[in-house]
Amino acid sequence: MPSLIDIRRRIRSVKNTQQITKAMKMVATARLRKAQERVVNARPYSRMLREMVANVAAAAGAEASTLHPLLAVREEKKVQLVLVTADRGLAGAFNTNLIKAAQQFLAEKPERKTAFELYGRKGRDFWRRRDVEVSGEVTGISQAASYDDAEALAVKLMERFTSGEIDAAYIIYNEFKSVLSQQVAVKRILPLALPDDAGAGRDYILEQPPAEFLKNLLPGYVEAQVYEAFLESAAAEHAGRMTAMDSATTNATEVISKLTLYMNRVRQATITREIIEVVSGASALD
Amino acid sequence: MAGIITLEVATPDRLLLKEQVSEVEVPASNGAMGVLPEHAPLLSELGSGPLAYTPVGATKKYIAINGGWVEVLPDRVRVLAERAEFGDEIDMSRAEEAMKRAMERLTHPTAGMDVARAMNAMHRAQARIEAAKATGMVPKK
Repeated sequence: MPSLIDIRRRIRSVKNTQQITKAMKMVATARLRKAQERVVNARPYSRMLREMVANVAAAAGAEASTLHPLLAVREEKKVQLVLVTADRGLAGAFNTNLIKAAQQFLAEKPERKTAFELYGRKGRDFWRRRDVEVSGEVTGISQAASYDDAEALAVKLMERFTSGEIDAAYIIYNEFKSVLSQQVAVKRILPLALPDDAGAGRDYILEQPPAEFLKNLLPGYVEAQVYEAFLESAAAEHAGRMTAMDSATTNATEVISKLTLYMNRVRQATITREIIEVVSGASALD
Repeated sequence: MAGIITLEVATPDRLLLKEQVSEVEVPASNGAMGVLPEHAPLLSELGSGPLAYTPVGATKKYIAINGGWVEVLPDRVRVLAERAEFGDEIDMSRAEEAMKRAMERLTHPTAGMDVARAMNAMHRAQARIEAAKATGMVPKK
């Protein structure tokens, strides 16, 4: 039977852990609010940009898909995979799910070559020890990606795509569905698919010829998509951490109450045993 | 409603502005373009420069724009700008500083310098200075 002191020590240690998880949960909640705000604030731009692309594409008519090198669909012999993970752990299945999705992506079509672009420390650490081609890695921005970061990545992808180095680019990231649910999304960034939902049959005057218009518009569209993925991932990371830390705190409470009960039983047993010893000692003297 | 345009200015980070205005002047890539209500639908690229707008019943205001696109509809103008800043929020001395730096770089090119980037920096600084100046000239009520 463990001694009282041992159990007390365990309880104290669990309590300490609980304090940490509780603090982490509160920090994650505060950060989540900010990250969520950034996602919401960025939405009008990406929505309007998407409509703009659709409008220009509609104005250009049937030939739209031939007007820009970023739209060229080629056979996927070599692809680029951008994996957006977090820099830190303790966020539930956040990073694990991403890595699993990436492994699945590799296994799907083993014959195509894949080069990794790793964002976030967790993804980098995992793939560094494995036999895969890594074309670049960026760490330290998972919680505060700026538009410039997104632009840098988008420019790199577009350069590699237009030079023929890669035939397609995919991005794997956690989509922020709600605070309780994050979903891994695999999205094709390049070649671009023209959205065809808007347009509404309006007859726009184009100040520039469609091809020229798309020349700058499409890169901007790619950048916005990458930026959106970064923001979503940041929000999902905080949400994931918040839920994970919340359940950790609850679990700790449960462990503490179990240990306390056990401790009291042990104490009672000791007292009972001591009484029996005293009584039987006294009766032996009679 | 006739005579009123809804002006929306969005940057990648946020919706900068949504306001009822009576007149907009956008810095299109091939020169400034004035937009009044009931304009024909139009799409254009933007250059860099000040965007001027007149809110209903107020004085003219300015936003510095650098690159982007504009969609004009009879009752709505949507501006998508990669970078945008309100005229009255611009730090004039910093903008002038940036302008000087960019000019310096362009007049004394060094090997391996990114000329396009320096040009872009200059345009951006110029747009900010113009917007700030124009804001300063609007008589205060």
